[in-house]
Amino acid sequence: MLAYVIRRVFAGVIMLIVMSIVTFALFFASPIDQESFICGKNCSAAQKKETAAAMGYDDSFINQWSDFAKGVVAGRDFPDDPKLRETAPQTIVRCEAPCLGYSRERGDTVTNLIKDTFPVSFSLAVAAFVLWMAGGILFGVLAALKKGMLIDRGVVGLSLIGFAFPTFFVGLLLYKFVAIQWGLTEIPRYTSIAEGGIGGWLSGLTLPAITLCLFFMAAYVRMTRSYVIESFQEDYVRTARAKGLPERTVTFKHALRAALTPIVTMAGLDFAGLMGGAIITESVFNYPGMGKLAVLASTDFDLPTTVGLVILLAGFVIAANIVVDLLYAVIDPRVRLG
Amino acid sequence: MAPRVRVASVTHGDEVKMTIPGSELEIHEAAVPVEDDAVVKVAGRSPTQLAIARFRADKLSMISFVLSVLIVLCAIAAPILVALGVLNPNEPHQNLLSDDGVLPQGAFGGVSWDHPLGVDPGLGRDLLSRLMLAISSSLAIALTGTVITVIIGSILGIVAGFSGGLIDATIGRIIDLTLSFPQTMMLLAMAAPTVQLLRNDVGDLPGLGFLGKADLANGVFVIGILAVFGWPPVARVVRGQVLSIREREFIEAARLFGASRRRLYFREVLPNVWAPVLVYLTLLVPAYISAEAAFNFLNVGIKPPTPTLGNILAHSKDYTSGDPTYFFLPGFLLALIVVVFNLVGDGARDALDPKSHR
Repeated sequence: MLAYVIRRVFAGVIMLIVMSIVTFALFFASPIDQESFICGKNCSAAQKKETAAAMGYDDSFINQWSDFAKGVVAGRDFPDDPKLRETAPQTIVRCEAPCLGYSRERGDTVTNLIKDTFPVSFSLAVAAFVLWMAGGILFGVLAALKKGMLIDRGVVGLSLIGFAFPTFFVGLLLYKFVAIQWGLTEIPRYTSIAEGGIGGWLSGLTLPAITLCLFFMAAYVRMTRSYVIESFQEDYVRTARAKGLPERTVTFKHALRAALTPIVTMAGLDFAGLMGGAIITESVFNYPGMGKLAVLASTDFDLPTTVGLVILLAGFVIAANIVVDLLYAVIDPRVRLG
Repeated sequence: MAPRVRVASVTHGDEVKMTIPGSELEIHEAAVPVEDDAVVKVAGRSPTQLAIARFRADKLSMISFVLSVLIVLCAIAAPILVALGVLNPNEPHQNLLSDDGVLPQGAFGGVSWDHPLGVDPGLGRDLLSRLMLAISSSLAIALTGTVITVIIGSILGIVAGFSGGLIDATIGRIIDLTLSFPQTMMLLAMAAPTVQLLRNDVGDLPGLGFLGKADLANGVFVIGILAVFGWPPVARVVRGQVLSIREREFIEAARLFGASRRRLYFREVLPNVWAPVLVYLTLLVPAYISAEAAFNFLNVGIKPPTPTLGNILAHSKDYTSGDPTYFFLPGFLLALIVVVFNLVGDGARDALDPKSHR
């Protein structure tokens, strides 16, 4: 077990290294010149060069990457200039490890920016996750039990309709109509637990979480339904029924448990992806999370922030993959790690 | 990572199990009366015929199939009607707007005989024309993206499944790598520079039909992002299929005859994996139509005046209270298209795999 975990973590770290190199290659070694966007439309070749030098883009991408990697492990100074350190040490920003870069646009280290925005995205992800998992599994099992009947068709049909509307359309509908125009709920605004208590935190999250969960729920309803129907045909379910277990135990302890394995896989990856911010939902509800930060960073070509976010998010996904595989062994007693 | 392209129906996680029964024979009792010398004729039906028969027997699938054909016809007709002057997606009608020149006059966004769905706020362009042409461009993007995705996915899936060993492992790692990239963030960060680059490179190309130069660059970028991040699931599904096919006798026979690798891949294996690929294809189209809309909300994609469902919706978000018709109409149209294509995909899956659970 421990050997397996170590091997997986090691593979994950290598994956992350490769991924970050690819990211740097895409942004810094491709024919796309970011500096001309930073410097503006009427930018001479000399100015462009100057900008590139100032941002460090004139260095080879592999050097830029190794600076970045060094920063993650040991932290780094911005700008990393020994002359400046002697003459004007107050202008140097120290970025402690794990340093993901320094954003000139925002005048702060990327690590700090992420620290500020992460709780928002994480809250939203947790709220939406709880909603869609509970809803998806509950309705999925319900549909499976009533297979072919009106309830089944209704549940599957409604979830498909919920999926068909684009996230931003649902979000705008809830935000501009339900909250503002009809005044059915308070206008959603992120409130941290420290600020407004659990109640304030939850009420600020309700509408965005519903928006986000609708998008995910359809797939979970269908997946749960189809796996539960499948496992109902397994021999061990027949055995469980034959030995006289109540139907509820058969459904939830036997049939659903086997169906959970693939659901957990997808849930883990979806949740990991969401931790990095639900870009569209956060934009619609004007939530100051990582998704919003990504949008802002892309509009003013704040490359360090973008690169930091991309690599961090990839780290989440890679980590989630490992966690999911470990969870398998807990959920499904037939799985042996090795 | 909200608009990560998601296919609504997942049958068996990543691996869509699908087998076509090889030898289903049905006795045509009515057609062949049993004669005295009593040779019961048995009419064989190919698996494809059986699948089509099953598809036709399902009402919901048939209704959605007819609707999807209508949508496609509408998409084909719209540019022609624009060229003939029947539809005028870009002609402004300031006189139909209210005095401040923003919101349309009259109920439901200025509905009239000349403009059955009203006109859009701001310029007063005919909404019916714009929506019809929007279906064309959105569908064009989604279809092209789907075809490219499926081609990349199938080729890599076949190669990985068939070769095994190091090649399989390498492709597997590339899939993991691709899936670990946050698609939307990459989309946002690369959009402006890449589109600029494309415009510099294809700037001399003439517009394509109703698409202008800028549209082409924007469209290519959207399609590229969809394909680059969309192929891994297709490759996984195909690889799973190929793993079982490569052990079959006919592959061995082909090998004995000295068939080349290319022949094995494309003549022997490919025809046997088309069923799950076809299903995936029908489910990717609606997913990509939604994705195009989501991208446009983030200001990436084909820009007005060329209409797409995404950019009309993105424009309408500023008029939710002033002209709700203009906000709801494109949204519901988009949802309808997505639902219809999804139902066709579901129907196709059930028809090709009788064992799947509806």
